[in-house]
Amino acid sequence: MKKFSIGNLFSRKKRGRTISFLMVIVAYIIMQTMMSTGSLSSLFSGLLVPLCCYIVAAIGLNLNVGVSGELNLGQAGFMSVGAFTAVSVSGYLAAGIPNPVIRLIISIIAGVIAAAIFGILIGVPVLKLEGDYLAIVTLAFGQIIKSIVTNMYLGFDENGFQFSFVDNNTKLAPGGKMLLNGPMGATGTERISTFTMGAILIIISLFIVYNLMFSRCGRAIMAARDNRIAAESVGIGISRTKMLAFVISASLAGAAGALYGLNYSTLVPAKFDFNTSILILVYVVLGGLGNMTGTIIATVILVLLPELLRSMQDYRMLIYAVVLIVIMLLTNNETVITKLKLLQKSLGGGAKNV
Amino acid sequence: MKRNGLLKKLLSVTVASCMVMGLTACGGAGAAGGAAGGDTGAAAAESGAAEGSGAASGAAIKIGGSGPLTGPAAVYGNAVKAAAELAVEEVNAKGGLQFELDFEDDTHDAEKAVTAYGVLKDWGMQVSLATVTSAPGAAVSPMYKDDHIFAISPSGSSLAVIYQDPDNAASPYGNVFQMCFTDPNQGVASADYLAAHTDLGSKIAVIYKNDDNYSSGIFAKFKSEAETKGLSIVYEGTFDDSNASDFTVQLKKAQDAGADLLFLPIYYDPASLILTQANQMGYAPTFFGVDGMDGILTLEGFDTSLAEGVYLLTPFSADATDDLTKNFTANYKARMNDEVPNQFAADAYDCVYAIAQACEAAGVTADMSATDICDALTSQFTSMTFNGLTGQNVTWSASGEVSKSPKAVKIENGVYVGVED
Amino acid sequence: MDFLSYLINGLGLGSVYAIIALGYTMVYGIAKMLNFAHGDVIMIGAYVAFFALNNFGLPLPAAVILSIVVCTALGVTVERLAYKPLRQASSLSVLITAIGVSYFLQNAAQLLWSSSTKVFPTIIPNGGISLGALSISYLTLITITTCVLVMICLTLFINRTKTGRAMRACSEDKGASTLMGINVNRIISITFAIGSGLAAIAAVLLCATYPSVFPTLGAMPGIKAFTAAVFGGIGSIPGAFLGGLLLGVIEIFAKAYISTQLSDAIVFAVLIIVLLIKPTGLLGKRVREKV
Repeated sequence: MKKFSIGNLFSRKKRGRTISFLMVIVAYIIMQTMMSTGSLSSLFSGLLVPLCCYIVAAIGLNLNVGVSGELNLGQAGFMSVGAFTAVSVSGYLAAGIPNPVIRLIISIIAGVIAAAIFGILIGVPVLKLEGDYLAIVTLAFGQIIKSIVTNMYLGFDENGFQFSFVDNNTKLAPGGKMLLNGPMGATGTERISTFTMGAILIIISLFIVYNLMFSRCGRAIMAARDNRIAAESVGIGISRTKMLAFVISASLAGAAGALYGLNYSTLVPAKFDFNTSILILVYVVLGGLGNMTGTIIATVILVLLPELLRSMQDYRMLIYAVVLIVIMLLTNNETVITKLKLLQKSLGGGAKNV
Repeated sequence: MKRNGLLKKLLSVTVASCMVMGLTACGGAGAAGGAAGGDTGAAAAESGAAEGSGAASGAAIKIGGSGPLTGPAAVYGNAVKAAAELAVEEVNAKGGLQFELDFEDDTHDAEKAVTAYGVLKDWGMQVSLATVTSAPGAAVSPMYKDDHIFAISPSGSSLAVIYQDPDNAASPYGNVFQMCFTDPNQGVASADYLAAHTDLGSKIAVIYKNDDNYSSGIFAKFKSEAETKGLSIVYEGTFDDSNASDFTVQLKKAQDAGADLLFLPIYYDPASLILTQANQMGYAPTFFGVDGMDGILTLEGFDTSLAEGVYLLTPFSADATDDLTKNFTANYKARMNDEVPNQFAADAYDCVYAIAQACEAAGVTADMSATDICDALTSQFTSMTFNGLTGQNVTWSASGEVSKSPKAVKIENGVYVGVED
Repeated sequence: MDFLSYLINGLGLGSVYAIIALGYTMVYGIAKMLNFAHGDVIMIGAYVAFFALNNFGLPLPAAVILSIVVCTALGVTVERLAYKPLRQASSLSVLITAIGVSYFLQNAAQLLWSSSTKVFPTIIPNGGISLGALSISYLTLITITTCVLVMICLTLFINRTKTGRAMRACSEDKGASTLMGINVNRIISITFAIGSGLAAIAAVLLCATYPSVFPTLGAMPGIKAFTAAVFGGIGSIPGAFLGGLLLGVIEIFAKAYISTQLSDAIVFAVLIIVLLIKPTGLLGKRVREKV
């Protein structure tokens, strides 16, 4: 066991993760201070929780796409599972556990467990495939989850739960409550998500992901991502670790979904569609594959961008699209890369990437 | 790959710092405009007061609102926005009461509706048009309640927009109102009409959009009403966003089930496809729609002969010959590049005029706080009678539900013809 | 008899998916990229055809040709501006760029032509031929015929022409093709041109069957066709054809015999099962990865 020291935190190996933890904590403190002094606008205070959700989901997806090298186009499906589980649990426990914090924690844990179970069920077939075929199967599972949730009806009254699928046959006694109402999703959810919980979830997900990345397993996964045949030839077997990464990714999406679902009084299954999966993938790619700090920054930028462009009125989504294309072109442009390298050198940039 | 990642990070940081500057500038402006953006009602009241004095120079009451201006549902949001702007200009042109409108994009998404709400609050909204669509509406309604801002939704027709718990009639928000019929209301009205006019058809088939609040809301109530009234539903077909173009299966099943009346509680765009495909199949039942069907005659390029004989329940018809409708339709077309207004536009127009009427009656001025305005308007709305495009003698219940009677019309020779009840 | 009529409807729907899938699969085969903006090229094609027919009163063949020309030009331009600079970049960067292009086209269409639905004029008369109790509409007949013709022409082009052979060479090995004197960039441009031209044909057929034109028109057929292309084995032209037809038939059968609510879930479940049995799709080639 190495001895712990502050200097060790900034050793070349650990600098990247320390920076990302510090960044989250500092951002959290700034935001909290601004909120308590009332200097944060309604817009931004309303954006904080969804921002945390997207960051957690994106960190999870980056584990999948960036670290394992598997293109997952169904991350929103796992968010959906987490969200609707959490909303149902919270709705059911509302009377029994009045304390919102305890209820929030229980609901998030329930969401994580449900998403993890789906992760295992889906991971088994998905990980047998490769490349774009794997991608399309995750897309397919995302669509299937959306279809299923759209057709679920769950309610409870004093006689217990009632469940029906496709056709709504639930007949609740007076005083009963519909938890899931098919395409209408969940309504009347008590909004118990907090920014603090969001920040805690980000810290937890960073912790889990970094631990996995820098473990023996993690190095094996990355070796296999970069060159599967070479990795196999030196005896690296990774199917179990890949499965672990997939399930963790799904669980984090579940946690993100749970926090998201409990932040709004209404949630429809259609929210977690292909577009949402793609949105999260964009955060990951823009932030850099395997780069968690980058993912956080990219998510913040891309969530805020459409809001900052509101003054552009009708043109805002058009500009958003152009910005997306231009960023992709610039970050892959040789000339820009060379210039940036020079800049980095002139700044004496000893900083090495993780 | 690694180095590339680093460069990306560098670039991100650069962009991020630019954005942060933007954010602070924005946040600063927001803070200056919205005063304390706290979450409590008290803070909101303060913010309203600070706003009022800020807006005193313009002396205009700030009306906010959000709806989908981009994305698949954009057609509804843009109609509402244009009609609301038109109404605000007209009200302002009269002198006296002055309005200022800020209509934000929510892309028909609860999350974006909440951010749009934040934008509007920072701007200093005093009265609101809530949201255009139901699901986002249900997400912001509790915020209007918490912050005590008066809101009336032109077209958010789900019960969840005005009730905390849609199954519990004792849980209205109280300060959130609707200009359109509620979904169950239309389900009941349709079932009533069909029960009273069995000559239209006795075997009913329904095709509804099951991932849509509006459509499934109307259908659910229609079904339970139909059971109690002894109507026979022989086929129920659904579609959703991902297969909203092919209806051949649903139509064939309806035909095979011997349905002679097809109830379509859906919007006019998929309805136009259903009419076309039924025509191609040679299937000609009586078609019966609800208010979402309005707009079908003015779809650009639509062969209106396909809609001959279609019945619908609608509060508004752009072809009506009264002066109010004629003026509105002409002005709207002039503003919207010759697009004909649909019921969304009409409801939004009425919302602004209803707010104007209530403000005048209650003597609301721009320097009042949002909370005071909310109290004044709530008491006005629950007591006043309003005449507008979408109905005469319109009233509101204390829970925010509108009371106006849907009129059944039949399409004959390309125009709506009223049918007696 | 019901079965047959559902089958015919399914083939009609499947033919449209197949033509779109051909565009996806060609681009994937040559450029190795998932062009998520393909669906939006269809949308543009639909608008062009709509305006040509409805506002300028052009005859149908002229409208189709105009639509093909515009789509081809659009496809090539997008490739030049957005995809070509990313030839060396990771496939994910290209994917995100394609998504950006897709957002761009959708929002541009909304700004240019408003978000309200336009109804595509009837271009093929109602009615059809009857075979006993079974009747097939002219529309379905024409859709299926067009699809088969497109498929045949494309196969001939790929197998018999010099450019076609160059395309196949590029899809096998770009480096070696360059050494053989093939201008790879030109071949990729031609691929995009053909794919986009096919998108225009698909647009007209799609709108003839489902006459609604709106800015997000291409999104859903795009995803379905992408699924169809993978179903058949992405990169394989007969595979895209087969995948498209099967997808259409499965979708209609799922609606007819199981549930309209779950038809989507069923389509995707079938896809997953097929891929688990044949991991590279029905007709896809298994490429051995070399060290």
